[in-house]
Amino acid sequence: MSKELIRLQDLVMEFDGERILDGINLYINDKEFLTLLGPSGCGKTTTLRIIGGFLNPTDGRVLFDDKCINDVPAYQRQINTVFQRYALFPHLNVYDNIAFGLKVAKLPKEEIHARVQEILEVVGLQGFENRHIDNLSGGQQQRVAIARALVNRPKVLLLDEPLAALDLRLRKDMQNELKRIQQVMGITFVYVTHDQEEALSMSDTVVVMDKGRIQQIGRPEDIYNEPKNAFVADFIGESNILDGVMLADYKVKFFGRTFQCLDAGFAPNEPVDVVIRPEDIDFVPPEEGHLTGTVTSVTFKGLNYDIIVDFKGFKWLIQTTDHQPEGATVGIRLNPEDIHVMHKSEYSGMFGDYSSYSAEYDELTEDADDEEE
Amino acid sequence: MKKNKSLLLSTPYIIWMVVFTLIPLGVVCYYALTDPETGAFTWQNILDLGMFLPTLGISVWYSLISALICLLLGYPVAYFIAHRTPVMQKILYMLVMLPMCMSFLLRTLAWVGLLETNGIINRFFGLLGIGPMTMIGTSGAVVLGMVYNYLPYMILPLYAIIVKIDNRLIEAAEDLGCTPTQVFSKVVLPLSMPGILSGITMVFVPAVSTFYISQKLGGTETMLIGDVIERQFKSAGNPNLGAALSLVLMLLVFICTGIMNRFGSDEEGGVVV
Repeated sequence: MSKELIRLQDLVMEFDGERILDGINLYINDKEFLTLLGPSGCGKTTTLRIIGGFLNPTDGRVLFDDKCINDVPAYQRQINTVFQRYALFPHLNVYDNIAFGLKVAKLPKEEIHARVQEILEVVGLQGFENRHIDNLSGGQQQRVAIARALVNRPKVLLLDEPLAALDLRLRKDMQNELKRIQQVMGITFVYVTHDQEEALSMSDTVVVMDKGRIQQIGRPEDIYNEPKNAFVADFIGESNILDGVMLADYKVKFFGRTFQCLDAGFAPNEPVDVVIRPEDIDFVPPEEGHLTGTVTSVTFKGLNYDIIVDFKGFKWLIQTTDHQPEGATVGIRLNPEDIHVMHKSEYSGMFGDYSSYSAEYDELTEDADDEEE
Repeated sequence: MKKNKSLLLSTPYIIWMVVFTLIPLGVVCYYALTDPETGAFTWQNILDLGMFLPTLGISVWYSLISALICLLLGYPVAYFIAHRTPVMQKILYMLVMLPMCMSFLLRTLAWVGLLETNGIINRFFGLLGIGPMTMIGTSGAVVLGMVYNYLPYMILPLYAIIVKIDNRLIEAAEDLGCTPTQVFSKVVLPLSMPGILSGITMVFVPAVSTFYISQKLGGTETMLIGDVIERQFKSAGNPNLGAALSLVLMLLVFICTGIMNRFGSDEEGGVVV
């Protein structure tokens, strides 16, 4: 599990003088499911295309099994790709699309046949061999694209937003399916997406990127629970981010009050960003609360209510199953484990304020970035 | 309501088709199947065509050769244009179109001036102490004329198809292990097939019925079926035989394009002529 397979060293990519990647350092382990996650234009697809051999980095090296593969063309790399919107060959049927790589490699006919049948079973498309590509649904085309790449038994499979064109239901099914396939085949997956939920639910490791730089690398739980800066905190899930001061280890002050927390290792009196996740906040009667505020809006979201509460002019998002009427005065308590402290960064002050809250925030972050790079 | 409107709007074209295509076609059929003297129905004109078989063979042969040369010359050009920047593509496209803006007759006559025994090319060779060579009046000159005149008809449909080939398909092929040569033979060429077929059709069809090129650039032994048809109407005064000839030629063209369309429908959608 832990053997290193790919290493990116100081990758820099420039197009027309514009810096797309700015010093990417990353290693990918054998059999790992690693996701590059970030908003449109963050450089995730560029990174993937460099690994695949479709782009040459302006600077830096790509190592595969400790050997530099910068000058190895795409067709000689033991890496296969599932492209955005699949890129299936329209002049070939399902069987010939999947057999394409094996035929190029000039394998014996019987072996090609056996391997195509085997992979059709893995992706659940038995009996579709002679179908024309145009007569397949989006989900089926997706499976053909995955089969076409996997049948070559690559060491690494690159997936470039493979589920972006599918509807929500199918996307969820395919997420489970992909995870299962990865485990059955035992290959390294490098997955690119802008969908944080997708990244969290499938990956062993998530790499959060923005502006051509890696913002954080970690297990999904760590990325969610211990975001490194305001960008990560805001991009992964919802966050209330407040200005605070770290008085001492385990003591943070914000809103004029000192709170116990679990964070340590900051300079005395260091200004910090404090993250409080909307689902960690519980309502209490106003007289028992650490803070009291006024409910300004309530939106029913199915699983919970999104409630915006005004605390001294700063609006928080609180997700709860307890309904509170608009205009009510509410109190909240914050336990030490609900508070997460981060160093200040270039992103401080840019995120985490729900003063301009709109119920459509989910859709905003899910805006498909088809035209990326 | 909507259907009525579209019918109304297409009426002028329908009238045009009837008056200038269907009725003349009927006239051709009538002449082809009637006796020049008596006007009675006869198969004789068609049966008489046997002696023109060699000419017909030569016409088909020259046209096929020309279409093939056009393909070999045109494909790299079309591929080159399709892989330029959009602005460059427009400029190059215009350059390919440019010769078509000049009179077909003038272009062919210009070749006469070039190829004549005391023409420009031979005079140039004369300066170098070579020649003069006989170029005009040869089959090569006729094929050259066809290629020169019809090359744009090959390049344009090829370009239109190649430019639409999704670059991700090429990347996918590379990804699956194709060398650049294999990318071409396994993906680009099969996907260009509709363009190749319509290019061949668009060169072959006008070339097989041409008479002007062979008259100006060819000699007595390079007479084409178009020349024969023209002569039947003009000097030989046998419009019935001419009509029979053009009827057979038309059927031949139909069969040829039909075969190619059939061939192409295996690939993708067939050919739009």
